Amino acid sequence: MKNFLVNLGIGLLFGVGLVVSGMSDPAKVLNFLDLFGTWDPSLAFVMGGAVVVAFFGYRIVLRRPAPIAGGRFHLPTRKDIDARIIAGPAIFGLGWGLSGFCPGPAITALSLGAASTYAFVPAMIVGMWAARAAIERMHVAYPD
Amino acid sequence: MTEFTPIASLLGGALIGLSAVLLMAWEGRIAGISGIAGRLLPPFTDDAFPSRLGFVIGLVAAPLLFMAMSGQPIPHTVSPDIALMTAAGLLVGFGSTWGNGCTSGHGVCGLSRLSVRSFVATGIFMGVAIATVFVTRHVIGG
Repeated sequence: MKNFLVNLGIGLLFGVGLVVSGMSDPAKVLNFLDLFGTWDPSLAFVMGGAVVVAFFGYRIVLRRPAPIAGGRFHLPTRKDIDARIIAGPAIFGLGWGLSGFCPGPAITALSLGAASTYAFVPAMIVGMWAARAAIERMHVAYPD
Repeated sequence: MTEFTPIASLLGGALIGLSAVLLMAWEGRIAGISGIAGRLLPPFTDDAFPSRLGFVIGLVAAPLLFMAMSGQPIPHTVSPDIALMTAAGLLVGFGSTWGNGCTSGHGVCGLSRLSVRSFVATGIFMGVAIATVFVTRHVIGG
């Protein structure tokens, strides 16, 4: 229950960040991606702000021997460039460019009431489930 | 056109970064939304389901909290094309899981950790998304 509530707060903070930054508006995202048209560079500032805070924040946090709630730090360690790390982002980028939605803003938008969000999010969940099933069938361990 | 909002976007980005740092501090996990949402379905490989459920409920509740506190409407324009959005949802879900991350896991957390794989992934999804918008707006739509 404690993990649920703490994560609820952390998710709220993430979602408010998406709303304040403008990431929750697909029109703004598509204009950011439209370098040769109605370009709105705002979202470069979102990524910049997030990366700077996380870069220094992670350095402070990872000095601890373990997370506050116990267990261990789950940090990806792979450095190899395989086919999946190229094909996956290419497929994701196509869907992102068609819709202006990536996973976080799409889930956050569930409370904003646009009809097509309720088509996008279930389809996204199906896509995630299909990818997981395909990965597991390939006998590749689902990454940590 | 959408308004250029460097200050709000920087501030919002900082909140996203802070959220990622808090999740790492609390239970040692990367704040990758595709990973969190994708693992809400079985098979369950660990005992972090309540954490993931809480995080996702927080995401959904955030606009309501923002509107209640600020009294401001949230700009939100989504394509009304249900077929297009369904296809895009499938691509986003499949691609982000197939590539082990999306804008948050690779674009924020991975870049902050100077992960080579995340730099490659972020370059590809940004490049393909920019090319997609170019084609839909200036080649087909133009």
